Amino acid sequence: MSRFNGDACAGGPTSVGGLRPSWIRPLLPWLGASVFLGLFFFYPLARILWLGLNPSALITLNLDSLLLAVHSLGFTFYQAALSTLLTLVIGLPAAVLFARNDFRGKSFLRVLTAIPFMLPTVVVAAGFNALLGPNGWVNLGLMDLFHLSSAPISMVGSLGVILLAHVFYNTTIVIRLVGNALSHLDPRLEQAARTLGANPQRVLGLLTLPLVRPSILAASVLVFIFDFTSFGVILLLGGPGFSTLEVEIYKQAVQIFNLPLAGLLSLIQLLCTLAFSILYSRIVIRNVVTSAPRPAESNLHKVRSVRQKLFLAGMLVVLMGLFLLPLVSLPLASVTRLQADLGVRGPVQYGLTINYYTELFINRSTSIFYVPPFKAIGNSLGYALLTVVLSLALGFPVASALARPGRLGRLLDPLLMLPLGASAVTLGLGFIITFNRPPLAFVTSPLLVPLAHTLIAMPFVVRSLQPSLASIPDRLRQAAASLGASSQRVWFAVDWPIVARATLSAAVFAFTISLGEFGASSLVVRPEYPTLPIAIARFLSQPGGLNYGQAMAMATILMVVCGLGILLIERLRLPGAGEF
Amino acid sequence: MKRYLLLFFLLAATLFSACSPAGPVTLTVMTHDSFAASQSVISAFEQANNVKLVFLKSGDAGVALNKAILSKDAPLADVFYGVDNTFLSRAITAGIYEPYASPLLAKISVQYQLDISDQALPVDYGDICINYDKAYFLTHKLPIPVSLEDLLNPEYKNLLVVENPATSSPGLGFLLATIKHFGPDGYLKYWSSLRVNGVVVVDDWNSAYYNNFTGSSGHGSQPLVVSYSSSPAAEVVYAASPLTTAPTASILGPDTCFRQVEFVGILKGTRHLDLAQKFVDFMLGQQFQEDMPLQMFMYPVNPDASLPSEYIQYAQTAPQPATLDPSVIAANRDQWIADWTAAVLH
Repeated sequence: MSRFNGDACAGGPTSVGGLRPSWIRPLLPWLGASVFLGLFFFYPLARILWLGLNPSALITLNLDSLLLAVHSLGFTFYQAALSTLLTLVIGLPAAVLFARNDFRGKSFLRVLTAIPFMLPTVVVAAGFNALLGPNGWVNLGLMDLFHLSSAPISMVGSLGVILLAHVFYNTTIVIRLVGNALSHLDPRLEQAARTLGANPQRVLGLLTLPLVRPSILAASVLVFIFDFTSFGVILLLGGPGFSTLEVEIYKQAVQIFNLPLAGLLSLIQLLCTLAFSILYSRIVIRNVVTSAPRPAESNLHKVRSVRQKLFLAGMLVVLMGLFLLPLVSLPLASVTRLQADLGVRGPVQYGLTINYYTELFINRSTSIFYVPPFKAIGNSLGYALLTVVLSLALGFPVASALARPGRLGRLLDPLLMLPLGASAVTLGLGFIITFNRPPLAFVTSPLLVPLAHTLIAMPFVVRSLQPSLASIPDRLRQAAASLGASSQRVWFAVDWPIVARATLSAAVFAFTISLGEFGASSLVVRPEYPTLPIAIARFLSQPGGLNYGQAMAMATILMVVCGLGILLIERLRLPGAGEF
Repeated sequence: MKRYLLLFFLLAATLFSACSPAGPVTLTVMTHDSFAASQSVISAFEQANNVKLVFLKSGDAGVALNKAILSKDAPLADVFYGVDNTFLSRAITAGIYEPYASPLLAKISVQYQLDISDQALPVDYGDICINYDKAYFLTHKLPIPVSLEDLLNPEYKNLLVVENPATSSPGLGFLLATIKHFGPDGYLKYWSSLRVNGVVVVDDWNSAYYNNFTGSSGHGSQPLVVSYSSSPAAEVVYAASPLTTAPTASILGPDTCFRQVEFVGILKGTRHLDLAQKFVDFMLGQQFQEDMPLQMFMYPVNPDASLPSEYIQYAQTAPQPATLDPSVIAANRDQWIADWTAAVLH
């Protein structure tokens, strides 16, 4: 893909002799992804926005609708800002901890903080429910300890649990982005400041943090985007009283069936997300580290002083509490019988049981699903594999094109991030409306699910591959070519070994994203081919111990698979490289 | 040449696979989540007609209907059961049904045949009423409320759980009962007072009844729940040990209950019209109608169907249920729900 290859080697694409104009070549890598995005993102989006916003539909909008839109927008900003603030409060000290200190269990803690990001919202909701819900461990423990008759803590259904879940989800972004920047700082700058008499706090405040300000800003914007578009957490943990833009879009489209209003809200959300992602791109592209970056290891040191030990202990308690407790409540709830099955009125046999797992493999005809849950697991795996293949095939060329920043890249980069910000519900509705008549009549096809997943996974794949591809020095390729290697040989001998790890990491990324996707899937999935998160949400919404237990069991399986995926990504990453 | 041969074989294979041997045809029935029927009754239909029945449980009534409307050009199923009289107008306007004048309609009372175009045929009816837990009121020495106004009394603070009318048809039914009683100009004031008195709102009937209600297996914290007048009978049927009286009962004062009728219809675009019509006849027929009360806890519309004894003893129908003209509901429902949401949830 390098310019040098195309010009000099016999096997290159322009060997036909200049018939191809020079402006086509930069566009070629974007071709596959553009067609894909155009057909499966922009076109359905345009269809649904038109459905909602054509003149005959706009007349139905009235003052109440506009008030509702303003109210939703306001609340979305409010909870996103609050969540981002709290995430920074927890994440910045954690980033400093990981970047500066080396301690036993560090990689375990790193993986622990990263797992929530990959977990589907239903799993997180289930975990917090299992921990803080009316039948959760905290309430049961308190009721047992103080002999209370009803649950003392009613966090589920309040703003607090929403904020907590957001912090749980997004702290890893701050840790990674800011931590990376911190660990690449030249230690000599700080050492110089220390020799000039500054104490550690002054160094931190006046030197270190300003140097990593771009990464703090980038992390804040990214966390804000994710909190802004949060759906599952608000819907499942917040309950009917809380309504962000995306939840309102869902309610208006799916429950109230007011498509014009849903269209208007989708447009507002899209514009906001586009603005934020442009902001993010600008910050990242302008984030040129001026001082010579050092490998991460040179900044690590063992914990020595008492103050450092106290800091480490405090952070360990906070991080373990925040991340470990919900993650552990889940599997515990999946093997413990704490409440009666739906409709069963006899005495409850409290205690450990593997009943919920064995129940997954039995297909009761009275079940709310007509496929047994383990088939949902199989479906999810199949969709995930398809997603990996598709997103790598489309994302690899894009990543190589982005590895060399140019005008085209700057222009198309935010558009690439757009699927992340567009409401999954809007996307799902768009799919249903667009692909239900010839020549695009495949709304009944189960393939729509991996297509939707690819839309969401591709930005992450590109972001994972980009730094690795950018890190290949051209000199190596030139050296290989000057020794007589053809362009294919150069690619296999030079490029591939360097990007192999990143490619595998990107593949695992796409895999885990697909496994956990919930928003778009809930609209597009065919009922006879459900995915695992859909199955979990359905079982969670049916009360009774058996349904709840099965949901917990499936959520535990999903959590374990995602956890293994993250572990793999961790091992494969070049330490310090990559934005995530 | 080899490539064309391969292509030809692939095409032939797909064509042949499309013409599968004459096994049982699959008839897909889209329903709301609360659909239930005895396996024996379903199997009887399957065997009699050489068909395999597949039930797509698609969420609560409103959500399932919206899914059907959105996919009406490529329908997800052959038959759709689950629209009730509060959502009927939306289904008819969207034109998702194929009309079918079933011969069994002649038996059914006119008061249930709310759709004269025979696109949606009535299957069952029920009264949405507030259920109360007798044991709770006894131990706490509270008088049982008899009217909607009673629920505003401070002694019932935090004791009532209702469902969100946007997502739940019992919730919508109760909202319509309050609108009938207090009028479109007074009901919001009532709900604001209810909100001050600590009414709990959840999204669906399952959560309200099995998580929040004290009188069910969930052992929740609210002894008053919006449910059906047949739920006390269900409590007796499914009791752990035999009971002689129902542990719960319904509040049956004037206008406190709402009459709900549920409908079935054949989806336009079905490829199995004959079978779909047979299935509709089956749902209106005596066997299914007699099985339904103990499965879905709704009353049968077919007068030939006999009620189980538990129903006659423990279930009650409201003497004066609140009713609203379907066209009035159709015209105002969405606005009422929006206003309610603003008054109670925001």
